[in-house]
Amino acid sequence: MKHLTFAAGVLCATGALAQTPELTVYTYDSFVTEWGPGPQIETAFEATCGCDLKFVTAGDGAALMARIRLEGERTEADVVLGLDTNLTAAARATGLFAPSGVEAEYDLPVDWADDTFVPYDWGYFAFVHKTDLKAVPQDFLELGRSDLKIIIQDPRSSTPGLGLLLWVKAAYGDQAAQVWADLSDNIVTVSKGWSEAYGLFLEGEADMVLSYTTSPAYHIIAESDLTKEAAAFDEGHYMQIEVAARLAASDQPELAQRFLQFITTDAFQSVIPTTNWMYPAVTPEAGLPEGFNDLVEPYKSLLIPEAEAETARDAALVEWLSALSR
Amino acid sequence: MAVRAEPVALWPGLVAAVLVAATMLAALTAVALRAETQLGLAPQDWSAIRFTVVQAALSALFSVALAIPVARALARRSFAGRGVLITLLGAPFILPVIVAVLGLLAVFGRGGWLNAALGVFGLPPLGIYGLHGVVLAHVFFNLPLATRLILQGWQEIPAERFRLAAQLAASSRDVHRLLERPMLLRTAPGVLALVFAICLTSFAVALTLGGGPKATTIELAIYQAFRFDFDLGRATLLSLVQIALTLGAATLALGVSGQAGFGAGLGRVVQRWDAQGAVRKALDAALILLAALFLLTPLAAITASGLQGLAHLPSSVSKACFVSAVVACLSTLVLLALALPIAFAAAKVPLVEHVGLLGLAVSPLVLGAGLFLVINPIASPAGLALPVTALVNALMALPFALRILIPKAREEVRLHARLAATLNMGAGQFFRLILLPRLRPQIGFAAGLAAALSMGDLGVIALFADPETATLPLQIYRLMAAYRMEAAAGAALLLLVMSVGAFWLCDKGGRLAAP
Repeated sequence: MKHLTFAAGVLCATGALAQTPELTVYTYDSFVTEWGPGPQIETAFEATCGCDLKFVTAGDGAALMARIRLEGERTEADVVLGLDTNLTAAARATGLFAPSGVEAEYDLPVDWADDTFVPYDWGYFAFVHKTDLKAVPQDFLELGRSDLKIIIQDPRSSTPGLGLLLWVKAAYGDQAAQVWADLSDNIVTVSKGWSEAYGLFLEGEADMVLSYTTSPAYHIIAESDLTKEAAAFDEGHYMQIEVAARLAASDQPELAQRFLQFITTDAFQSVIPTTNWMYPAVTPEAGLPEGFNDLVEPYKSLLIPEAEAETARDAALVEWLSALSR
Repeated sequence: MAVRAEPVALWPGLVAAVLVAATMLAALTAVALRAETQLGLAPQDWSAIRFTVVQAALSALFSVALAIPVARALARRSFAGRGVLITLLGAPFILPVIVAVLGLLAVFGRGGWLNAALGVFGLPPLGIYGLHGVVLAHVFFNLPLATRLILQGWQEIPAERFRLAAQLAASSRDVHRLLERPMLLRTAPGVLALVFAICLTSFAVALTLGGGPKATTIELAIYQAFRFDFDLGRATLLSLVQIALTLGAATLALGVSGQAGFGAGLGRVVQRWDAQGAVRKALDAALILLAALFLLTPLAAITASGLQGLAHLPSSVSKACFVSAVVACLSTLVLLALALPIAFAAAKVPLVEHVGLLGLAVSPLVLGAGLFLVINPIASPAGLALPVTALVNALMALPFALRILIPKAREEVRLHARLAATLNMGAGQFFRLILLPRLRPQIGFAAGLAAALSMGDLGVIALFADPETATLPLQIYRLMAAYRMEAAAGAALLLLVMSVGAFWLCDKGGRLAAP
């Protein structure tokens, strides 16, 4: 009986609407956990908006996009937060999103002039290794020649995996297939998602794992563990920029717009580094937290423009599949 | 003349079966209707289908081939801790995939215990990644289930038969020929089909242990079609391929295993006069030990890393435990409400069991998306997270429950239905007085499996979850995604304990109450 009461309670709690306007933000799962940015951002925004900010979650960025597409114009979302530069083209093509109306000075390594998608954080993909690793490779070619073992993620099911695919493509163009052929004997395995890969790396299953340049910051800040670092590659590093956008069908367009503007303020941006473990899109006034300043800084930022990303992606996937299926 | 009562009622089972099939059909249709592209498979899908069939067939063969001697050893021996061992051996089956993979690789991986031990003796390390790794992992998951199901077959041979065999001075070989082989021919095909079906929808295990995109399964292709290309037509087609393969395997198994059973016994304790002798005893002991070692060392690895993590558990984990327990209870109730009537109907109409297999055959991703599409226009999916999860978990556990219940149900109906008919017993009475008490151990086992499975299953909750109703497996994934691997390991240990505990409670409960 207790279970039924509990179930009923859960059902009613989500159904009961307060008088205050409600802003529904769809985001990925890890954003709203108690150790993620969600709770602090909810408190900060609700303090100023006189509204109720409600997060609804779906897996990761790609799952979020799939969900928005499944729901189409019937979606309850006012804002979607958690798409990235690999998904913006598809998102734009759905015609479900409205111009943001946000004005801001971003601290991104690239120029950002997009009227729909508002960047909220960013990072570089990188191979993370333990500091006692000898002869850390300086680029993909050196990695391919070495005996080092790496774990990567599948581009078909994982965001970093797709990032690596585009990274190699952006750096090597037509020679990408050869680079993958050289890398194939270094790859211990390909995992479904980031968590499996990173977990296996921590268990000592490989010398390096595909992750972010900001990953060591977690170990430094949260665990006082200085034994992880990211390798800086000479080709430059591919970027992931995470964005938010408001939906055209939203019944709270003004609130949604306010939220998007709020994203660019200190109250939002100062939460990001030590909860989402990414660089904030607008550096907070107090600067970056200790630990972020020691991270490797790539010489060059790589990013395939949105318009070319989809064709590059499909071609790169075919190359990747055939190089690693041998 | 009075109307004769019919002891076995077909209609509740048929209604339940139709409900199950309708749910699946509605989900698939909803996804197919949303397809924006033409239905069609990509060329690489064919290699995914080939790989899937090969790995699933090998996994099923190895699981069952290894389960037969282990079950035989367990059936012939009784020793202190046998019950606990059998329960523990079932644990791999109910672990969340990500946890099991980490546990397996802690033992068999490049830096695992096995290679460390080999290194001590100066032997070269063994590579786990490849088709053999996929099969190894699937055997790890499914050997326990296969063993339990086959062991059940052994236990269903009446003790009187072994007594008679002993009186006739039958050797171990004779017992095998006369009693055990016919029993195996009846049970093994069904178990083969079941393990094959489970392995058909494998994805993360196959990819990680397979070492790369060579090990692309149909489920991964569905995942890609859904998330990467948003090609719902292809996702539906691939899902249909999975269904066709599962049902094909099941039909084959059903055709092979048509033999009659052993008849009634008084249900006394089996004593095995044919299995005496030091060599046989040593052989059985070695087999049990090997199986235990293979299945329990990865669990030991999970426990070892989990114990360190227990101290780091965030408070949200206890809430997730509660949600998971509620989901498990609900799922088990739904499962029993579906499985019992279907099992009794299947005693008369064997084809009904196929409907249950749909729960395994339909890709969780497609099922989740389909239910989402069906519910979304009517109600908020997040609001229905709990009941939908309970339903889907019950559907996924249904094939297992049916495999456990049907052989015994069929036997009971065959043995007692005519007597019941002469006593003018109605279906309700027959159910209450004969089926329920005599099937208690099977019901307990099925309920335990359902409870444990739904405790550990992520199911469709990911699509429906709102931040408030995270289950324990979801919480483990969230902890891992936030770099908190230690806390995740702690939570995984908690999940392991809860799952095995729930299983043990139901299973033990069923056997205690057995007449």
